[in-house]
Amino acid sequence: MAAIWVYSEITAGRPAPVALELMSKAAELGEATVVLFGKDAAAAATVAGQFGAAHAVIDPREEYDTHLAPAAVDTLAALIRERQPALLLFATSYDSRDVASRLAARLDCGVISNATGLEADGDGFRVLTPWGATTVAVCELTAPGTKFVLVRPKAFTAVENGGTCTVEEVSGQIDAASTAIKVTDTVEEIAQGPVLSDSKVVVSGGRGLGNADNFGLIEELAAALGGAVGASRAVVDAGWRPYGEQVGQTGVTVKPDVYIACGISGAIQHLAGMKGSKTIIAINKDPEAPIFKNADLGIVGDALKILPQLIGEVKKG
Amino acid sequence: MRILVCVKQVPDPNTVIYQIDPQSKRLVRDGVANVLDPGAEVALEAALQLAENDGNSTVTVVTMGPEDAEDALRRALAMGADDGVLITDDGLAGSDTLSTAKALAATIKEVGFDLIFCATESTDGYSGMVPGMVAELLGIPHLSFIRSLEVANGVLTGQRVVALGYQTVECPLPLLVAIASGSHEPRYPALKGIMAAKRKKVEEYSLDDLGLAADSVGESGARERVLELRPVEERQAGVIVEDDGTGAAQIAALLRQRGII
Repeated sequence: MAAIWVYSEITAGRPAPVALELMSKAAELGEATVVLFGKDAAAAATVAGQFGAAHAVIDPREEYDTHLAPAAVDTLAALIRERQPALLLFATSYDSRDVASRLAARLDCGVISNATGLEADGDGFRVLTPWGATTVAVCELTAPGTKFVLVRPKAFTAVENGGTCTVEEVSGQIDAASTAIKVTDTVEEIAQGPVLSDSKVVVSGGRGLGNADNFGLIEELAAALGGAVGASRAVVDAGWRPYGEQVGQTGVTVKPDVYIACGISGAIQHLAGMKGSKTIIAINKDPEAPIFKNADLGIVGDALKILPQLIGEVKKG
Repeated sequence: MRILVCVKQVPDPNTVIYQIDPQSKRLVRDGVANVLDPGAEVALEAALQLAENDGNSTVTVVTMGPEDAEDALRRALAMGADDGVLITDDGLAGSDTLSTAKALAATIKEVGFDLIFCATESTDGYSGMVPGMVAELLGIPHLSFIRSLEVANGVLTGQRVVALGYQTVECPLPLLVAIASGSHEPRYPALKGIMAAKRKKVEEYSLDDLGLAADSVGESGARERVLELRPVEERQAGVIVEDDGTGAAQIAALLRQRGII
């Protein structure tokens, strides 16, 4: 069976949710090994076993938490050179992109980003990546050696099978130069509430709301529905909302039961992050807005007028 | 400080309809207006602000692309960059991310630098791979998703965007920073800047100049291959109605049907 490795970030003592998705897929296509670095690596390995990982390679030193990508690259490069797995999977995320890009350059490996599908093909693999809104490219990595693929969140389903994995602790050689970066503080800016990526309901706003203050209506509707607030790239770029609320190709991928897009035109960038929602409701003044082509219910009208009425309706129950 | 900014010319994201040529399996660029990548404009703005505050820095913009990518450089020069470098060679067409990074890194070594700026990702390819690859090939650290920064005593301190907020990070120079989109409002070139840009120096580099073998980059050096193109499964458009005052009630009805309220 093909050796498929998953590089997993750790959040709150567990593998990041997207890493669990990758482990389940890796277990389906071959034998899954998860690589976990940082002080919570051992605890995270236990969870990884429950989601398909057969083996865990851990290095539980805190250096990885404070020095970002270069430290992880040193240890991973040595492991990959020595053991040469067929495939190494990463999430398309802030930190994993940094690790994958440096590692690919160091090992002279091919890398495919933003994948949304992965298929076995004889001894190799085919990688699916979206090109624009209407096409999916089926690609293969042709260079010899380990193939790197970065996968978008929610491309696969995490399957809990209750299994366990072997755990091997390593102590990688971290180059002195790889500790140049220091993280001195971490500040959370997003208010408590349902996590955007996992919420059953997402209410998102875009430029059509006119200004940042009107986002209060989005927050109010989201709160009334017990959902999370999302935003288009345009309003994040304009500084109306924090980056963590950005839904789209760059930003968060969501697949809620209901997605309500208010004043969002539906650029490819945005659609890529929410097209998988079960039900899409759109409010926009422009009847030609591309968002309507993807909506189950589209209301051509002014979100600023409709939202207060809708909040009233929701509060009635 | 010698500040370099890596920029890219991309199809105008406001007008482009992505079409793919079934033969070459590349993006159709004919008839599409090209612009300086909006993400690169943000990175350039961050670099220009740093240089202005520092008072003793130069800003050089570097791009790789066809001959007409010089237009993107001229735009960057009009915004205020001091000079430009254009890496252009037919042998670079079809380069993957690592080949692109190799050409950029080889050029940057020639040009020299203290600090390199780039966008976190390009607006057309959005792989986000090139910044980390360039830094690795140069043997320097890189910081991604930087939204604000300052440099004092040879150390850069900045805020790095993460999922729920930001990290405060620090790193001594030399290093590469990838600037978060939207973090800086790019200046609009004034007429004076546009006129001055025409006289600013743009140096060209070819594969020969960089000592890169033609088969190590471009189409022939690519590490991936497109096997086929499949159409995306389209969602079925549902009911689209003009709001006649009952829009909110119709949405509420659907939400009740779905068990949300």
